[in-house]
Amino acid sequence: MTSITPPAATRPPIAQTGPLAWARKNLFSDWFNSILTVVVASVLLWSGWGLVTWIFSKAQWPVVENNLGFMMTGLYPQAQYWRMWIIMGLIVTLSGLSWGILGRNQQYLFGRSVLIGIGAIAAAVILFPLTRPHSPILFGMVALTVATAWVGQQAGKRLPALSNWLAAGWFLVYIASIWLIGGGLGILAPVRTENWGGLVLTLLMAVTGIALCFPFGIALAIGRRSELPIVQSLSVAYIELVRGVPLITILVMGQVMIPLFLPEGVRPDRILRAIIALTIFSSAYLAENVRAGLQSVPRGQSEASVSLGLNKPLTLILIVLPQALKTAIPAIVGQFISLFQDTTLLAPLGLLELLGMANTALSNPNYLGRYAEAYAFIGVLYWFFCYAMALGSRKLEQQLNTTH
Amino acid sequence: MTPATQGSIPIWRDERFWKVAFQIITLAVVIAVLAVLLTNLNRNLAQLGMRFGFRFLSNQAGFSVGENLVNYRPQDPYQMVVFAGLINSLRLIIVGISLATIVGILAGVASFSENWLVYKISRAYVGLVRNVPLLLQLFFWYFAVYFQLPSVQDQLEFGWVVMSKRGIYLPGPSLTDQNWLGFLLLVGAALLGGLLWKLLSDVFKGDRSPRGLIYRGISGLVALGVIGLELWLVIRGVRYLVSPQSDDSGLPLGVGISFLVLAAIAMVAFWLWQKRTRLMVEQGASGQPQLMAIGGLVAAFVLILLFGLGWQLPVVQEGGGASGGLRLSLEYAAALSGLVLYTGAFIAEIVRAGIQSVSKGQWEAARSLGLPSSLAMRLVVFPQSLRVIIPPLNSEYMNLAKNTTLAFAIGYPDLFSVSFTTLNQTGRAVEMIVLIMFIYLIFNLLISVGMNQLNALVQLKER
Repeated sequence: MTSITPPAATRPPIAQTGPLAWARKNLFSDWFNSILTVVVASVLLWSGWGLVTWIFSKAQWPVVENNLGFMMTGLYPQAQYWRMWIIMGLIVTLSGLSWGILGRNQQYLFGRSVLIGIGAIAAAVILFPLTRPHSPILFGMVALTVATAWVGQQAGKRLPALSNWLAAGWFLVYIASIWLIGGGLGILAPVRTENWGGLVLTLLMAVTGIALCFPFGIALAIGRRSELPIVQSLSVAYIELVRGVPLITILVMGQVMIPLFLPEGVRPDRILRAIIALTIFSSAYLAENVRAGLQSVPRGQSEASVSLGLNKPLTLILIVLPQALKTAIPAIVGQFISLFQDTTLLAPLGLLELLGMANTALSNPNYLGRYAEAYAFIGVLYWFFCYAMALGSRKLEQQLNTTH
Repeated sequence: MTPATQGSIPIWRDERFWKVAFQIITLAVVIAVLAVLLTNLNRNLAQLGMRFGFRFLSNQAGFSVGENLVNYRPQDPYQMVVFAGLINSLRLIIVGISLATIVGILAGVASFSENWLVYKISRAYVGLVRNVPLLLQLFFWYFAVYFQLPSVQDQLEFGWVVMSKRGIYLPGPSLTDQNWLGFLLLVGAALLGGLLWKLLSDVFKGDRSPRGLIYRGISGLVALGVIGLELWLVIRGVRYLVSPQSDDSGLPLGVGISFLVLAAIAMVAFWLWQKRTRLMVEQGASGQPQLMAIGGLVAAFVLILLFGLGWQLPVVQEGGGASGGLRLSLEYAAALSGLVLYTGAFIAEIVRAGIQSVSKGQWEAARSLGLPSSLAMRLVVFPQSLRVIIPPLNSEYMNLAKNTTLAFAIGYPDLFSVSFTTLNQTGRAVEMIVLIMFIYLIFNLLISVGMNQLNALVQLKER
């Protein structure tokens, strides 16, 4: 009675791999997604085409080309530009060394994506018309990074203790950079601070601000977690007051009110006043980051250390703080990135950092109305720095992560 | 090992002594530093021939302000120009927070899209906007985008939107400047209401210990002041909103009253919703009657929204320009675009982290109960993610409020901008900076108290 019916002819199965299958899964999974893809893609193509035609035909780039030196270094005397190159070389060398030493245990320091990134930067340095006058030096810088990273890795493998000296190295580079920028000591011609500017000033203020706010921020964080009522309430009052007001008011306070608070005749330099204001501001934020780090250290750590006989200050310095700061590193890097961006607020107050320099260039009647070009250029610069720092911080976080 | 030796611990080895001594030293150092700074300040001010005080605020300001809702003229005193700036700031903060929330939620949800293109765009937007300084973005919007609009003679017209150097005209309800001012004052009153609610509940629900009683007393005194301010805001707000001489909509109710009715409907509907949830949870009621009532209210809301507000389209005039509808100045539009897109990117990350924080089991359990994915998102996942979203959202809103000060750089006359001009004109640096800081602290306090109450609503209800 039963008869075996042959299986009905079925279509061949739909391909599960390959670009077509990928597109079907991710772009055209149902009718709604398909419409969405078509609409979004056409808008993207249209605006992308508009952007490309603007960059290559409508935009006039002389505003950037002719002001590149100003935007990088402000009104720094051109005869002294070599000092800037030396600073860059120092920073590049130490960055390469740090990268190599910190990544000494990685099997491949130059993975595929890193190699692609380095290649792209090298190609951009050579091909980009803007940097062509300096492309030999810049290419040398890229090569220096790679070489020092390799040296750092080899040295780090032999002498793991080197990583403890990196902080000292960075401190020395910082001091040397300030000396190279400002001159003095009877060796280099002094350059007055009115002539400091551009990207160099932006970086200098951000780095100095974050470095100076460290001791205050840590003290405030410890104060806020302390059991002593007066210390605690003073810390809370400072942190909440500073975090509750806009940065620009603190910067204005720094520019206008600091001279009023000081004895007669003492009138700090404008850049110094800006740095003081940035420090006042970022200590409060750093304190909150460090506090989060302190909270993440389990109570058992300090109890164990007290039971070993360490007193309270030593427990804090030797046991709790190192662990807390390690946890807080990503947040601190994030804060450095936002401080780097926040230095732009000094432009409306008359400091010629990167944005201020761009505005100065734009006020030249030769470049009337070339806002989009200048702002797009410095926007890319800011984006590049912030993105690179965020990427580096993520790497560092993986590097320092010792939990298993 | 006798007990007597314990009493002979030297005082510098006694922790209790150091606890007190350390605090006294800290306090002394802080007081000394403050004293030195303030003496210097006093002497420097005396040399400039000034004394600390706010009396100068009643002098004539003399400078004009581009746009303001309070009908300020240059012969008015400084306090009036500060008030005009305050209203301008409030206008930017309130609209900015609402739009940034919408942009942020859209971008945050888009990063979970199954559509690869949408996902990538959302990530690219966040990665681009967060890594470029806000001030630069504001400059870009103002100078490179809005400032490039054509002049009034050859203005752009896209359907209902008219754009030129004179401003951007959008369809809008027929409200005059004074009506808008009233509206803003009422929104301010609502925000202040959050603070008042907290103060009153502190007064009535506090404990009876001496410390608690002092705290309750202080709260009560502050609450009295806030009640006075609240009454002033409500009375002024209602009066400005429904002032009939400026209402040319020709509607029977008047636009201002329609706004008040809308607010009342929204409040009643919210209360009903809460009551319905309570009844359903505690008594197992079906909740149908309340649901129908809410449906009716929503219908009334939509009807009034569509027909009661006298919506106007911008009418192009001969020889350029437009009238009617809502006019945004270029400064306001640029400040708003920059702030909304910048804050939106941060909110997108918060929303993304919030949704990610809900464990996958919740999704799977909801789906296995038969809920479609949209309902699972709305009823199960999103309410739980709100617990993670709201605290950082609070600080993002405060950041937006503080960041509105940057609008001064593109010429928008906000509180900081007019105060800075006042500072430069009068040389009253200390007073003006104290004033601005105080006002922004109040802004942040209001946002924070309001968001904390919202947080209490969505928090895990535990015994």
